[in-house]
Amino acid sequence: MSGGTDVSTTATSITSLQLHALSLRRHVLRMAERVGQGYVGQGLGIADLLTVLYFREMKYDPHNLAWPDRDRFLLSIGHYSIGLYAALAEAGVITVDELDTYGADQSRLEMAGSEVTPGFEMTGGSLGHGLGQAVGMALGVRLDGRSSRIFNLLSDGELQEGSTWEAAMSAAHYRLDHLFAFIDCNDQQADGPPRQVLTIEPVHSKWEAFGWDTQRINGNDIHAIVNAIDAARKITGKPHAIVLDTLMGKGVRTFEERDKNHFIRVEPDEWRLAREQLEENAQLKTKRTA
Amino acid sequence: MSVSAPKTGVTGNILSSDIYGAERTAAAPFGEALIREAETNPRIVGLTADLGKYTDIHLFANRFPERFFQIGMAEQNLISVAAGLARTGFIPFATTYCVFATRRAYDFIAIGAALGSANVKIIAGLPGLTTGYGGTHQGIEDLALMRSIPNLTVIDPCDATELSQAVSAIARHEGPVYLRLLRGQVPVVFDPDAYQFEIGQARLLSEGTDVAIISTGLMTARALKAVAQLSGSGVSAALLHVSTLKPFDTEAVLALVRRVPRVVTAENHFTTGGLASAVADATVDAGVPIHLKRVGIPNCFCESGSIPYLVQRYRMDSEDIAAAALEMIHK
Repeated sequence: MSGGTDVSTTATSITSLQLHALSLRRHVLRMAERVGQGYVGQGLGIADLLTVLYFREMKYDPHNLAWPDRDRFLLSIGHYSIGLYAALAEAGVITVDELDTYGADQSRLEMAGSEVTPGFEMTGGSLGHGLGQAVGMALGVRLDGRSSRIFNLLSDGELQEGSTWEAAMSAAHYRLDHLFAFIDCNDQQADGPPRQVLTIEPVHSKWEAFGWDTQRINGNDIHAIVNAIDAARKITGKPHAIVLDTLMGKGVRTFEERDKNHFIRVEPDEWRLAREQLEENAQLKTKRTA
Repeated sequence: MSVSAPKTGVTGNILSSDIYGAERTAAAPFGEALIREAETNPRIVGLTADLGKYTDIHLFANRFPERFFQIGMAEQNLISVAAGLARTGFIPFATTYCVFATRRAYDFIAIGAALGSANVKIIAGLPGLTTGYGGTHQGIEDLALMRSIPNLTVIDPCDATELSQAVSAIARHEGPVYLRLLRGQVPVVFDPDAYQFEIGQARLLSEGTDVAIISTGLMTARALKAVAQLSGSGVSAALLHVSTLKPFDTEAVLALVRRVPRVVTAENHFTTGGLASAVADATVDAGVPIHLKRVGIPNCFCESGSIPYLVQRYRMDSEDIAAAALEMIHK
């Protein structure tokens, strides 16, 4: 991808995106296996969205991250950084080798990512910061007359932070139709599922009530994500919320099936199995597509 | 213009400063200065959290409506949006009151603005006892909170002259800033033609040998009067005005304390965590002996009331600074 090319207008096949998503998942397992733990469930669960954003939708230049006309991706949820590192490595912003430093002392790839890492537009992790900064950036690029768009990834648990709703109100007030919020509903936060911690449903109608163009889709279906973004792009005068129902650990059966945990600990002998399951799953999918 | 004293015994309105009896005042120095800067610097934008008229930024909003963003009563979002604007190359000036910026939006200032040194200017009204609205509105611990955040520059100007100059200085300074605001009619203490504010520079306003007064913010105007009162009693008092609390002008403070170790600090803030603490830190770190008395707000939520009442109640007037100095000398 080079500066000035609007990737969103070039046709990229779903199959090619699925291969990127598989690659992202391999990167996630590689990082998590090195440290033996981590937010591997989130990284696997969000790989499909990050694939569509980084390999179809967003315009950016991996060799000129400060390009002022770039689209911007803001990761509110800093602990999902394992997923973003995978995407950034796949996109050539950082090297695949650097992924081996994930969570290590003196690494740029912190377990809760921050703006020290190239490709991170802000510091997330203290939840409830991303959408407000996205609003500020959306106002900024509009004031400069740029065509840039702002993409923000939030989580279901993050909706409990009141600041998110302050930002949601302001985005609708300023009619920021170049702002896209993706809400990852993986039904898990630190202390359990949101319905037990603090009910956040109905998520769809909350965003709608706040004045957003809202859709709710299967967040692990690349085709559905592509279609949702294409549909959102046609709606003007409103910011766009795309609520994604995702499966933590997607692509690795044992992670998909285990009791859901915010932070997964994996026994050393399980990693080989995880890698095998990912490849088996990918082959099945390829056969089905063929 | 000069402002006469209000009816005593009545809770003070949302005021600005100790304007009563001031010989000369200037109207809305922050708003006017921001407009002047913005005329030549198109990157300056303004934001407020439903306090445009009460922070004088409404003047900027009227002059540059396309560069002004009303955020509503949402201070966390105020700081986040400002940080986002800064990250797209703008210089956002975001206004609210001290209490709302520092208490409610602390995490957003620390992580959203300061951690990555976003170029956000936080302009905070009603510092210390400049409102009679009591504990909810009086910013009595904001300097302590802001001083503890890495990368953040913290400024408490004395008067209209310094506030205007500070607006210009921080617009040119790359990085996050917390500036205490004096609004409405603001006293002119410093001659605009003679005074020059610089970030991080303390100013020796009076040379003296018996006692050193170190003051910040509007307390410097009272300290100047205290110096004159002490002089009448035959006491030679030095006065160092420290308007930048962070980065702190350690060199100027140490140079003074080495000459004059009897020190009175005066601040429109708690006597802990603000100027007095900064002076104590600097002298202890350098091993410079000091005998310190602190004039300022004690560690309590203050009463509601008229400003003259509150100043008297919490011993914040020029007479209180002079009395602290005399007590130290005659001890």
